[in-house]
Amino acid sequence: MSAFKDKVVLVTGGSRGIGRSIAVGFAKQGATVVFSYAGNEAAAQETLGLIQAAGAKGEAVRFDVSDATACASAVEGVLKTHGRLDVLVNNAGVAVDGLVMRVKDEDWDKQLDTNLKGAFSLIRAVSRPMMKQKGGAIINLTSVVGEMGNGGQAAYSASKAGLIGLTKSVARELASRNIRVNAVSPGFIGTDMTSHLGGETREKMEAAIPLGRLGSPEDVANAVLFLASDAAAYITGEVLKVNGGMYM
Amino acid sequence: MSTSAIEAKVKSIIADQLGVGEEEIRPESSFIEDLGADSLDIVELVMAMEEEFEVEIPDEEAENIKSVGDAINYINTHKK
Repeated sequence: MSAFKDKVVLVTGGSRGIGRSIAVGFAKQGATVVFSYAGNEAAAQETLGLIQAAGAKGEAVRFDVSDATACASAVEGVLKTHGRLDVLVNNAGVAVDGLVMRVKDEDWDKQLDTNLKGAFSLIRAVSRPMMKQKGGAIINLTSVVGEMGNGGQAAYSASKAGLIGLTKSVARELASRNIRVNAVSPGFIGTDMTSHLGGETREKMEAAIPLGRLGSPEDVANAVLFLASDAAAYITGEVLKVNGGMYM
Repeated sequence: MSTSAIEAKVKSIIADQLGVGEEEIRPESSFIEDLGADSLDIVELVMAMEEEFEVEIPDEEAENIKSVGDAINYINTHKK
């Protein structure tokens, strides 16, 4: 398949988990894939290897999405090296769980700065080049907990709910330039971020999911690939749930 | 930069940004009514002029730049 042949995609947080599946998914469909990672060099190299094994061009760029200047330079770098930028996937995220009484300011800031402000900084940086190209697709990874809330995740869910508002506002702003902005909202997905949950918690979670299983990173990547593709040409401002039915 | 050089440069930025011929661009032309610009075009124009002439155009002043002449006057008075 080569739905994204000659397209350039930037995926944040691409070294592991959902981000890796998204990066590799685009690579399998012929895109040039640039992905960011925060610091796990070995994981980043592994993702890069998977992209290249799929026969695509790949590039790993280490930067912190909570640093607006770094976001702007990264986008500039993509444009300089690859000449264009067709798809931005804001996937990078952190979760620091804790009951609201015990949430530290620094943990609140870290989650909001990475998950929400990071997406904003990158959207701001790509919007002008995408406007000049008269087209583009932006996909923000939100979360089921941004839609339904979750005890112990006040900051994380606030950042993810914020991404939904960001998605819809920017979708309206950029629609006239054929730039589509959508969100994908995963439920419980089997990744490093959920692997710390114990057996009992996991069983409870599975019982709350009509489809009866945790999602896979590929389940989420498939939704992202769809929204980035021409098959979704008439879809903007949408929040696509990929949650096995746990929240409808 | 001379006044006429500024005028020529502003016109070329507008032509490039809005995809209109330079012959259509007169000082009295309104960006929105005559040249078919929308709010995003105006923001892009302002950013392009800021870069070209190394000036900063605050939002509240940008709102008053409605015609080609307004833009040329703004640059003439504010350029370094």
